[in-house]
Amino acid sequence: MKTLKTLALGASTLAMAASASAEISDGVVKIGLLTDMSGTYSDLAGPGAVEAAKMAIEDIGGTVAGVPVELVTADHQNKADIAANKAREWGENEQVDAFAELVTTSTAMAVFEIAKQQNKVVLVSGAASSPLTNDACIPSGIHYTYSTTALANGTGKAVVAEGGDTWYFLTADYAFGQALEADVTKVVEAAGGKVLGSIRHPFPASDFSSFVLQAQGSGAKVIGLANAGADTTNAIKAANEFGLVAAGQSLAALLMFITDVHALGLETAQGIQLTTGFYWDMDDETRAWSEKFMERTGSMPSMVQAGVYSSVSFYLKAIEATGSDDTDTVMEWMRDRPIDDFFAKGGVIRSDGRMVHDMYLARVKSPAESKGPWDYYDIVRTIPGEEAYGTLEESTCPTK
Amino acid sequence: MLTDLLGFPPQVLFGQLLLGLINGAFYAVLSLGLAVIFGLLNIVNFAHGALYMLGAFSAWGLATFLGLNYWAALIVAPVLVGGFGMLIERFLLRRLAGVDHLYGLLLTFGLALVIEGVFIKLFGASGQPYPTPKALTGGINLGFMFLPWYRGWVVVASLIACGVTWYIFERTKIGAYLRAGTENPKLLQAFGVNVPLLTTLAYGYGVGLAAFAGVLAAPITQVSPLMGSNLIIVVFAVVVIGGMGSIMGAVVTGLGMGLIEGLTKVYWPEASATVIFFVMAIVLVLRPAGLFGRTA
Repeated sequence: MKTLKTLALGASTLAMAASASAEISDGVVKIGLLTDMSGTYSDLAGPGAVEAAKMAIEDIGGTVAGVPVELVTADHQNKADIAANKAREWGENEQVDAFAELVTTSTAMAVFEIAKQQNKVVLVSGAASSPLTNDACIPSGIHYTYSTTALANGTGKAVVAEGGDTWYFLTADYAFGQALEADVTKVVEAAGGKVLGSIRHPFPASDFSSFVLQAQGSGAKVIGLANAGADTTNAIKAANEFGLVAAGQSLAALLMFITDVHALGLETAQGIQLTTGFYWDMDDETRAWSEKFMERTGSMPSMVQAGVYSSVSFYLKAIEATGSDDTDTVMEWMRDRPIDDFFAKGGVIRSDGRMVHDMYLARVKSPAESKGPWDYYDIVRTIPGEEAYGTLEESTCPTK
Repeated sequence: MLTDLLGFPPQVLFGQLLLGLINGAFYAVLSLGLAVIFGLLNIVNFAHGALYMLGAFSAWGLATFLGLNYWAALIVAPVLVGGFGMLIERFLLRRLAGVDHLYGLLLTFGLALVIEGVFIKLFGASGQPYPTPKALTGGINLGFMFLPWYRGWVVVASLIACGVTWYIFERTKIGAYLRAGTENPKLLQAFGVNVPLLTTLAYGYGVGLAAFAGVLAAPITQVSPLMGSNLIIVVFAVVVIGGMGSIMGAVVTGLGMGLIEGLTKVYWPEASATVIFFVMAIVLVLRPAGLFGRTA
């Protein structure tokens, strides 16, 4: 034991001599990015998210506090067990300091468990469910880009305000779909609306005609799509095909990414209202970053990918500033100051892990309104952070 | 009366049954292709889903790059993909003739992963939109539901494909050769029939059927690299229920399973992805050779 300690001491002295990285464990800052590399969410997160993380590391110069930053990535295939095993392995054997991205709620929840045991930072960008900063929160977890609460307060509220007061949900049958349905139900009922029913469909589902027909039969004014990715695009296609909108009902796509709009085409997607945490064509800064991203990946960034860049950058800045990769030190630094970059202006990380920043209510342009490739959204309204995410008092996180 | 007891008015049920039939028609064409391939080549073609996806992508590619419309794609895409299938048979699968089924299964499964991987790399997972042909947009109000013309066409086209296949295999000379080839290839060869060529053609035909289903599906779902892998497992269950290699079994079971799945979507939507496997388990216990399969 004593020899070990001496060895460790010797090693750290050497490291100190080499650089000023006294408090960086094992001489490297390692970020483990877990995402869906080949499945249904791989366009909105996946390889683009990996590229965004690489850009963040390059932009800070590849080193922080005198030590190199390393990125390791893995495909979690949207499966919680794979995500948990990889995270445990990275944490125990490969000295990973922080986990990033994590699309699909179940994978984020699984990694939260591991990160809690290992006391590692988690920067969630892709997963949406609000329980991540409520009942399931952990002290070192940050829910960065958006949440089901924000989607409900954005799209849900806007649709009710326009007279859509009776709802029926098509819900993806897993944690995310259920959280989104619950959050929107709260908003609809608070605004005096009524939820007539819902269908839980398998994830992923390939044919939506049956579910659309049942939604049609419900007589609700609004059919809320509490799903994501290919499920959403296929549901919208089926709804168009079966004349749901033509017969007077309206569709609320509660979660839609720019990559989904791109896949559907404006002809089908036009007029859809959605809530997003980021759009590339907002100002010079967003355009500059997004065009760089476009050059590297061939498509414009989704909010998840932009969120990965922003969250990884902010984490690296924290290490640079504190000279430490100790989880508590870094978390304290990040909570103490606003995030100010192209993604989040004045974003704040609350004690329940929620990163509160402005969200945007957007409407998809018609083919005639769109002036070029990826010119898809009209930003209808900026939703102030507090309105989108609710207050800290409302959070049920036990460690807030 | 009964339907009211179960909590749903008859109209809803009719609608769901019709939709079940439409989905069943897809299952029928896909499982038919699998049945043809298994019946004649003894190969469990796990690449079927990927080849179905290739059919849809061919339709999309033909429209995007060559300006070919849907009707042309309905013929050209199965021919192209079927040709690709024949190459697979000639240069890969043939080498596995006479060895355990497992090798063919592994090879085709690997092929499926490679094809899907390449397409995800090239086109992304969200896929490409493919418009419904102009002549088949809109639909008709049947009273109990709105039936898009295109879905009606899918049933008609699928039944035609099934009918043609049945005719070829059961009523023509080449069909007789093919069936004889499965029973005793050596004897057939001795009569001067080119059996390897027949096998290649049969595989190409099965693959062409998959591509045909892919073109039919293109306007309904996103043309996505993952569209096949989402479907293929269900289709395999259909083939197992019907009896491996039985043409009639594949068609009837395809339609039947579509109906059962449609009903499940009404009464217990969460279970709609599982119900077919439940049926499969029961059938395997009671009739291990499948409903229409002949026990050896």
